[in-house]
Amino acid sequence: MTTRIVELRRGILKKNDELAAELRASYAAAGVLVLNLVSSPGTGKTALLELTLKELRARGARAAALVGDLETDNDARRLRTSGAPVRQINTHGICHLDAEMIGKHLDGWEGVALGGLDYLFIENVGNLVCPSSYDLGEKIRVVLLSVTEGEDKPLKYPTMFNSADAAVITKMDLAGPCGFDRETALKNINEIRPGIRIFETSAKTGAGLQEWLGYLEEARAGRII
Amino acid sequence: MHELSIVASIVDTVTETLAALPDTSKGARVVEVRLRVGALASVVEDSLQFCFGIATEGTTLEGSRLVVNVLPVVMHCEKCDEDVEIEGVQSFRCPKCGEPCSDLRQGRELEIEAIEIDEIDEVEEKI
Repeated sequence: MTTRIVELRRGILKKNDELAAELRASYAAAGVLVLNLVSSPGTGKTALLELTLKELRARGARAAALVGDLETDNDARRLRTSGAPVRQINTHGICHLDAEMIGKHLDGWEGVALGGLDYLFIENVGNLVCPSSYDLGEKIRVVLLSVTEGEDKPLKYPTMFNSADAAVITKMDLAGPCGFDRETALKNINEIRPGIRIFETSAKTGAGLQEWLGYLEEARAGRII
Repeated sequence: MHELSIVASIVDTVTETLAALPDTSKGARVVEVRLRVGALASVVEDSLQFCFGIATEGTTLEGSRLVVNVLPVVMHCEKCDEDVEIEGVQSFRCPKCGEPCSDLRQGRELEIEAIEIDEIDEVEEKI
């Protein structure tokens, strides 16, 4: 018996990373800005997206969404009321979206071609752990945190917050009743991801929405890296 | 909780690697699988170990050891103009000057570094 070491140095998620790189190239070629929205379940990804799609369309932009959940097409039906094309991805138990799922759902999406879009939003499965490992080829990863969740969420889930490009604090209309400590929340986000752009929104009152939309338009125009 | 899919991917990669080895290594048994996992890779070692035992059953990896080498986070501090190791994942500040750092240089790795295999020697095989 001879014992031998075989060097591999191979990424475990290499297949996903390669697919994501292909997707990234196709988004860039089509000129569509792709965002990956991540948060815990119930933070308000769908509520923010519903408003965002509606407002972007009102401004004449072409926006669409892919939305991930373990089961049901409830979110897709809800988002379609904005008038934007929306496709549901059911993962049937898998806790995250991966590049292969995105590719499959972009292919054969009736009436939707990447080249005909300005914005594509991907609403990930509600989970602050696993989606952080899976690149979907997005340009911007947005992490959402609601005022009802506690200011220490970034410290509890540093891997996700550290991998994000922008953060949105949602349900700001509930900040008072929840005793939300805004300064601590901002400090914690900055401790984990120094210098990240932070938005404070309420889908109920529309607070902070203009700033968020302005950011999307800037990013779309390529003025934000 | 995506450790099972990660382990399944490890089994696939190692199996493919074994199949691609020269004929002299055919029938080799995997003794150890060594991983490099960054502190920000979002995987838990206990969970990996647990899933590894299950996912390797009935494969050429059955009974092998999984060794997880955790890599600390390394950031580039602009002020000090050097790469600095960050202790833990609760604060991304330079340990030398206290400046917040956003340029990550190490910490998200999730890779198979190497495998250790036992090859059956030809002489042994004849016996």
